[in-house]
Amino acid sequence: MVFSRTLLRRHTVLPGFDLALGFALLYLCLIVLIPLSAAFLKTASLTWDQFLDATTTPRVLASYRLTFGASFLAALLNALFGLIVAWVLVRYEFPFKRIIDALVDLPFALPTAVAGIALTAIWAENGWIGQFMPFKVSFTPLGVWVALVFIGLPFVVRTLQPVLEDVNRELEEAAATLGATRWQTFGKVIFPILSPALLTGFALAFARALGEYGSVIFIAGNMPMISEITPLLIITKLEQYDYAGATAIAVVMLVVSFVMLLTINALQGWSRRRQGML
Amino acid sequence: MKPPSAQSLATPMDSHERGHPSTDRHSRIREGKLDEGVPPRLLRSATSEPRWVQWTLIALALGFMTLFLFVPLATVFVEALKKGWAVYLAAVMDDDALSAIQLTLMATAISVPLNLVFGVAAAWAITKFDFRGKNVLLTLIDLPFSVSPVIAGLIYVLIFGLQGWFGEWLRDHDLKVIFAVPGIVLATIFVTFPFVARELIPLMQAQGIEQEEAARVLGANGWQMFRRVTLPNIQWALLYGVILCNARAMGEFGAVSVVSGHIRGQTNTMPLHIEIVYNEYQFAAAFAVASLLAGLALVTLVAKYVVEQRVHREKREALTQGEPS
Repeated sequence: MVFSRTLLRRHTVLPGFDLALGFALLYLCLIVLIPLSAAFLKTASLTWDQFLDATTTPRVLASYRLTFGASFLAALLNALFGLIVAWVLVRYEFPFKRIIDALVDLPFALPTAVAGIALTAIWAENGWIGQFMPFKVSFTPLGVWVALVFIGLPFVVRTLQPVLEDVNRELEEAAATLGATRWQTFGKVIFPILSPALLTGFALAFARALGEYGSVIFIAGNMPMISEITPLLIITKLEQYDYAGATAIAVVMLVVSFVMLLTINALQGWSRRRQGML
Repeated sequence: MKPPSAQSLATPMDSHERGHPSTDRHSRIREGKLDEGVPPRLLRSATSEPRWVQWTLIALALGFMTLFLFVPLATVFVEALKKGWAVYLAAVMDDDALSAIQLTLMATAISVPLNLVFGVAAAWAITKFDFRGKNVLLTLIDLPFSVSPVIAGLIYVLIFGLQGWFGEWLRDHDLKVIFAVPGIVLATIFVTFPFVARELIPLMQAQGIEQEEAARVLGANGWQMFRRVTLPNIQWALLYGVILCNARAMGEFGAVSVVSGHIRGQTNTMPLHIEIVYNEYQFAAAFAVASLLAGLALVTLVAKYVVEQRVHREKREALTQGEPS
């Protein structure tokens, strides 16, 4: 077949290249690439002015501000506490450590709708935590942030853990021998090793938060201009049969996602090179 | 002269020296015993932090996780049982709930095996052969993870919806994809697309191709080689990928919500059923169905933990085998 003659760089005795790659490409095209291209083709039917009109109304702009702002702040908090959680899980011993380590993945495993209603109940004005808060959390932009912190939590921890495990202790010993305090060692030796992975984890959490829907819509209150996230706006337009408008916003979000994906790939490459160096 | 606290320093070094104890501080310093009189629990190596820093960091980490993970998880079960077992059972055994459970299981049963076959095929091509465009393919496989679930649903509406590419053709032939089961299955496949491939690729990359080549040289045909050599090597990673894929397939909300049409008893999956019941203010019932999914999430975490241990070991073995000993 075509693939083995045109694409292979080396002769091999192993079978199945044509079949495996052929099936993988066919499946990839049918499920992912052709449907995604539909979004771009649909948008191409709009003129540039129509596209701008659909993607820059005040309501849409407000949703960008909320989505990007809350995602950024949530990823920031995740970066800070993710670093602490990863550090504690790798370096220290304490009771139930392995169970707690396993539970870090809960936001991956728990369906977003379940997380959404649970968070809403907790942070509502009469909820377990909400009753102690001097201000409203559920049904405000702050609620959006809480939900995004929840779903982004595992990304930073899971990206940092393997890197932290691989940090060469001899470097820290050398720093201590040369008279560095523990804090200086962290700032000048450990943190530079961790920083590419930390940035990768931050970008992963941010990218995930941008598209998140299920856990947010329950707690957000979804008031236009105030607590309405961009994915919800896409659904609202769809329900009004404004397919072109929904798709135009979707294309904006898709382009942002692609840029994030390429950024994350580059960051991961950087992280691996940095680790390989040390 | 010797301070009494030095007696309590029951280190091997001490018992060794007990025969000829040093008499003054200077000679002890010469022997490298600078930590005289310091209780051992206060001693620490140069590469760890003071105890109070350790406990502060542990408290911060656990506090954060309690606030954002443990409390939400506990809430699901507490709220589900708030009105007693009778309400709980009634909510779970409700006709609409049962049909939602059935639809969720069906969509999962179709999408997971398809993604499994794709994952094995893609991982085989990517890890066992050297070909042009490999990195592009790797990036494209990850694509569905970076797309918002809402957009994943939208793109199928653009193709199969009434205004979509095949909308009229489907209507003329009396077929329904959007607001029907096929659309739900497609959306589920899309959001769970990379799971199996992503688990297999790093492991198979580490394992290399020597074993398969040996099998071929010894006369195994392709199928025998795959079943006797490749499959035993990747079975745990495969299982791990399937577990993750399964959890996401059962819990997907955004993508399925766009294509389902929310027809009670027909096109509602479990997460959509939770949403409808919740919006009707039947909180106990919503949390009851949610507790089933939360239970599934816990089972997933346990299975993931067990399988992860094995995969880690296999990857380490594969990596050390490659090095000359």
